[in-house]
Amino acid sequence: MTGHHAPVTDWATDFDHADPVWAAEAPRIWDELRSSCPIAHSERYGGVWLPTRHEDVAAVAYDTEHFTSRSVVVTEGRPLIPAPQGIAPPISSDPPFHHEARRLLLPAFSPKAVAALEPFTRAYCEGLLDAAAGNAVIDGATDYAQHIPVRIIAEMLGFPPEDADQFRLFVHNTLESVDLPVEKRMENFGLLDAYLSAQIRDHMANPRDDLTTFLLQAEMDGRPLNPEHIRGSIVLLLIAGIDTTWSAIGASLWHLAAHPEHRQRLVDEPDLLPTAVEELLRFYAPVTMARLVKDDVEFQGCPMKAEEWVLLPFPSANRDPEVFDRADEVVLDRAENRHAAFGLGIHRCVGSNLARMELRVALEVWLARVPVFELADPDAVTWSGGQVRGPRTLPIRVG
Amino acid sequence: MRVTVDGDKCQGHNRCYALAPELFDVDDYGYAHELHDGAVPAGLEDKARLAAANCPEFAITVEEEA
Repeated sequence: MTGHHAPVTDWATDFDHADPVWAAEAPRIWDELRSSCPIAHSERYGGVWLPTRHEDVAAVAYDTEHFTSRSVVVTEGRPLIPAPQGIAPPISSDPPFHHEARRLLLPAFSPKAVAALEPFTRAYCEGLLDAAAGNAVIDGATDYAQHIPVRIIAEMLGFPPEDADQFRLFVHNTLESVDLPVEKRMENFGLLDAYLSAQIRDHMANPRDDLTTFLLQAEMDGRPLNPEHIRGSIVLLLIAGIDTTWSAIGASLWHLAAHPEHRQRLVDEPDLLPTAVEELLRFYAPVTMARLVKDDVEFQGCPMKAEEWVLLPFPSANRDPEVFDRADEVVLDRAENRHAAFGLGIHRCVGSNLARMELRVALEVWLARVPVFELADPDAVTWSGGQVRGPRTLPIRVG
Repeated sequence: MRVTVDGDKCQGHNRCYALAPELFDVDDYGYAHELHDGAVPAGLEDKARLAAANCPEFAITVEEEA
C-alpha cells in the first residue's frame, strides 16, 4: 500500500491510482466512471486521463500516432530516454523501432517455446505445495502465487533463483511505489541498476544459453543493441512478468476460495479450466497500461495536453457491458471472450503465452492437490495499488 | 466454410491456435495463419466460429458459404 498523496475525494476529477481506496475497490470505481463519466481526468502526476469504456481504451491503444509508449508507468516524472526506443524496449517503443525490437523477443515467448517450460513450471508448483503440506492455512499470494513467475523468469534470464526477494523489491519499487517523489524513485532504481550491471558483467564473462546472453549478442539492423536497449529489455522481462502473473494467479485463487460452486465445478470438470482461465483473465485482468500524449489532441471531446498521461485500464474495458454479456459476472464457461487482459494492438503482452501457461498450471496443480479451500479471513485480504492489481495477502484455509 | 487471418490485424494473442489447432498454426514469432488455405473440414465449423469469436483483434474472418 502506498498513499503518499492526499486522499482522493472525487474519482472523476481528482483520481489517483496509488490511493488505498483504488487498491481496495478499483472495479467499483471503474464501473461508476464508465456509466457516468466515462473519461476521468486528474491534475495529479502532471495530468492524467482515465478512459473506462472498452471502445475508448481500445482507441488509445491502437493510436500510436497521437499517443507514445515512451513510458508506460504513470509517475510524477517523465522518462529520460526519448521515443522511439524509450526506457524498456519494446514495451516503451514506438513504430518503427518497436517492430524489430519486439521481433527479437517474440520467439522465446511463442506458444511452442512456452510449452517446453510447462514441465518445469508444474514441478515447481508441486514443490511449493509440498513445502506447505500440513499447514492449515496457506497464503495464496505469499506462499504460492508470488513465487511462480519469479522462478520461471529467473530461469529464462539466467539469474540466480535465490535472488527472488530482490526481484520482488524491484517490482514493488517500479510498479507500486508510483507516487513517491522522483528523487526517491531514482534512488530505488539505483538498486536495480547495480544488480543489472553485475548480471550483465557475469553474462559477458560467462555466456550461456539464456535470454540475457541472447540480448547481449543480438543484432538489430546489422548492429549490436545499444547498452540502454539491452538493459531496458532485461528490466522489462524481469519486471513485467512477475507481479502481473502473480496477481492473476492470486486473484483467481481468491475468486475460487470465495465461490465454492465455481471451485467445485473446476474440480469436477478439469477440462473446463482453459476456458475458465480466459474468463478469470477477463474479470481479474491485472494490468492497466499507460501512454503519454504526444502533442495536444482532442480525444472524445477531451482536451488532452502534450506530456499528460493516459491510463489504459484493460480490466475496466473487460467489464464493459456494451461489449460483454453479463459483464459483471464470472461466467466460467463463457465461450465468446474477446477480452483485452493482455492489451490490444502492437503492444500485446509479449509474455501472454507464458502468463497463460503459468496461470493454468498453477490452478491445475492447486485444484488437484487442494480441491477444498476457502478464505481463512476475508477481511485480511489486501490488494496492490498502482497499475497492477492483485492480492498481496491471501490467507486460505485448506482441507 | 473458409477462415482467413488478417496478418495486419493479428497481434499474436494465439487464441485461434489454442482453440482450433486443426485450422490455425502460428509462426516462430507467434503470429497466426490459417491451415489448408483456410478450408474448414466438415465437422470443424463450430471451432472455426469459436476461434473467430475469441480473437481480441477481430483478425479472423469466417465465410460461411465457401
